[in-house]
Amino acid sequence: MDTVTITMKNAPALYLEADTISPDAFAGKSAAQIAELPVFEGNNPSTLGKYFEVTGNAGATAADTRIVVKGDVKRVKYIGFRMTAGEIVIEGSADQYVGGWMKGGKITVRGNVDAFAATAMKGGEMVIEGNAGNYLGAAYRGDWRGMSGGKILVKGNAGSDVGMYMLGGEIVINGNCDVHVMTHAEGGRVIIRGNAASKLGGQMVEGDIYVFGSIDVMMPGFKPVDEVELTVDGTKAKFAHFIGDTGERHKKKKGVVVYGNLYKKI
Amino acid sequence: MAEFIIKNGHVFDPVQGIKGDKKDICIKDGKIVDKVSGSAKVIDAKDKTVMAGAVEIHAHVAGPKVNLGRIYRPEDKLFSCTPTKGIERMGGGASIPTTFKTGYEYAKMGFAVAMEAAMPPLFSRHVHEEIRDTPIIDEGAFPVFGNNWFVLEYLKNQEIENTAAYCAWLLKVTKGYAIKVVNPGGTEAWGWGLNCLTVNDPVPYFDITPAEIIKGLIEANEYLGLPHSMHIHPNNLGNPGCYETTLDTLKIAAGIKPKNKFGREQVMHLTHTQFHSYGGTNWGDFESKAKEVTDFVNKNKNITIDTGNVTLDETTTMTADGPFEHHLTGLNHLKWANCDVELETAAGVVPYIYSPSISVCAIQWAIGLEIALMMKDPMRCYVTTDHPNAGPFTRYPRVYKWLMSEKARKAQIEAFKHKDKVLSQTAIGTLDREISLYELAQMTRAGPAKSLGLAAMCGGLKPGMDADVAIYNINPDKPIANPDDIEKAFSRCAAFFKSGVQVVSNGEIVNNGNKRTLWVNVKAKENPQVMRDINEKFVKYYSMTQANYEALGHHFVPNPYAIEVDATN
Repeated sequence: MDTVTITMKNAPALYLEADTISPDAFAGKSAAQIAELPVFEGNNPSTLGKYFEVTGNAGATAADTRIVVKGDVKRVKYIGFRMTAGEIVIEGSADQYVGGWMKGGKITVRGNVDAFAATAMKGGEMVIEGNAGNYLGAAYRGDWRGMSGGKILVKGNAGSDVGMYMLGGEIVINGNCDVHVMTHAEGGRVIIRGNAASKLGGQMVEGDIYVFGSIDVMMPGFKPVDEVELTVDGTKAKFAHFIGDTGERHKKKKGVVVYGNLYKKI
Repeated sequence: MAEFIIKNGHVFDPVQGIKGDKKDICIKDGKIVDKVSGSAKVIDAKDKTVMAGAVEIHAHVAGPKVNLGRIYRPEDKLFSCTPTKGIERMGGGASIPTTFKTGYEYAKMGFAVAMEAAMPPLFSRHVHEEIRDTPIIDEGAFPVFGNNWFVLEYLKNQEIENTAAYCAWLLKVTKGYAIKVVNPGGTEAWGWGLNCLTVNDPVPYFDITPAEIIKGLIEANEYLGLPHSMHIHPNNLGNPGCYETTLDTLKIAAGIKPKNKFGREQVMHLTHTQFHSYGGTNWGDFESKAKEVTDFVNKNKNITIDTGNVTLDETTTMTADGPFEHHLTGLNHLKWANCDVELETAAGVVPYIYSPSISVCAIQWAIGLEIALMMKDPMRCYVTTDHPNAGPFTRYPRVYKWLMSEKARKAQIEAFKHKDKVLSQTAIGTLDREISLYELAQMTRAGPAKSLGLAAMCGGLKPGMDADVAIYNINPDKPIANPDDIEKAFSRCAAFFKSGVQVVSNGEIVNNGNKRTLWVNVKAKENPQVMRDINEKFVKYYSMTQANYEALGHHFVPNPYAIEVDATN
């Protein structure tokens, strides 16, 4: 695997939309060719090399390419956009849409990510060592197809609207989580090891939410059914089991109504 | 204005019966002429196909429901934006493109005219504002009449003359083009939580049936002698078994003769026939009844149809058939908008994905093509996708490919997940007809122009007609090696002239042309009773005053082209 290191040297005056920072766009290119890749600063077309120092050549394919992003990229959006393979390591914090529509490969962020990380993610892996913003693994504005595959681990806290319209895959949040989790979801699961706020599983059709800590306010559409012993993310514990959202439509599988599940550790 | 001579092209013109002969086409002052001076600019069309500009008879391209789709579907624009390029302004949207993108995309495919198929009269100002902002193509809009309180009240008492006077007034104030009927009576019934699923279901309160509304509006249309016929989206759209309602609707036209001075020969235009040709009793035994419907239309010369081909895309359905959209959101659970338009109509919008791996969608695809292939007279069957309901209009070239190549159809059938079901529930596998370029010119140019009463103006290349000329990169002398070449050629014209101005060169927009709004100005007999009724309804029921209702020419319709109709005799 060949490593390309891009280091922020001239910070953009406006937000940078850099959907070309991905192993797929870099694959087969030399450092000089990578510096020529197009980006937008605000609505002005520009090139990656204007802002970043690029060292190292990419591998022949996306899978053979590792990208290390150094320097302050807090104002850079769309890193890892639509990536299918390979690896990205962001040493600091990044702006919105990190790993949006990604299908494969791995993204590691040492710092925080802003909103809309892993929007409509289909596969691959994302590790956020700091905190995640709002709408992690959610659907794009107006869309009904959120994260459908892959795995996200947030070591810190997450913002609101995690897994909105989620269809599949897994999100693990080691810290706490803000309001609205898996709203409108039709699959997948979200594990919150810390505390959750309120409105978990609103209009949820299918999917699973696990909460290890406290829940400020339960949705009225969830009803307790039983207590179960489960091994969740490597931890064995006893959980109170709720089903819902009872105010939402639900499919039947083999004559049995399938609800969304909320498990709260006892 | 400049003169042009298009040399050496293979010309397909049903108006003059030219079937691919090499013929020079001369353009002067916006019209086709017999000859031009030596200073005319020469356009070489060697090994290319030359046709008149295409005519769109039914699409939803302007107005409140289209705009609602744009507003509530930001995801439709997500990966479909086109930045500013040359003289092109930025555009966006796949199934519901922005006004600018709409104009550009039609022009790039060689379209000169497009008809907005459902204008809520109350919002005619909005419709015309969008038409004004859609460049290049000439457009008209059909106001909807089939659930209008005036129409229901007059027709209940069989007052054809009053209905006609009201239609003439409404066409004038809304700058409308034709009488459109959507789910007659059913949309109004929905206000009571009901629908009309057959032509004999009574409309609550008004105590009239869809059959009476349809017959009355055909008679009013012919009483006035409008350029287009009554244009109908029948009851019971999109339900298994709906073909029976369709046949009942078509039978209402029996024996009625067209009366007009525009060369139109039909009294009823059945739109998006695909959605109305379903058999079966549920989605499990869903099957094609294209044969039954086309057999009837083939035998009855006073009916024209358009296809409504499913293109297997993610799209946005929108119709004035309010109850249908409510029904649809219950089927696919996607986001939904519905709206009632006071005394006139309603509308709804729901996104829809025609997935090739769902058997119903694949059967719908087959039915649309069957209709076009089973219709014997291409002058009476026009290609549409009911944009954006069965697919975006930008997919026309793909539909042409399926119609012109059995190989392309077979390849698509092979790609379906439920191939065997498509073959057992439809006759698509048995149809080997391939539409010729001449027939395509009939189905997309001369035919729809004649049906719209525009035969003297567009749809052909006869001297005296508007100089709308499209040149495509297809050499009819050579067999088409790959059906995808058909799609590619019709997607982007080599050149397109709109009213004598070259607007497209090598698939790129080079001029914003001289767009016009077509509307029908009927000179009708004075009818004080109807004028009094209109005044009373505005005072009693409308949420706006009559003074704010009219789509005034100077602002809303800055480039009108009025088609004059004298109905005083």
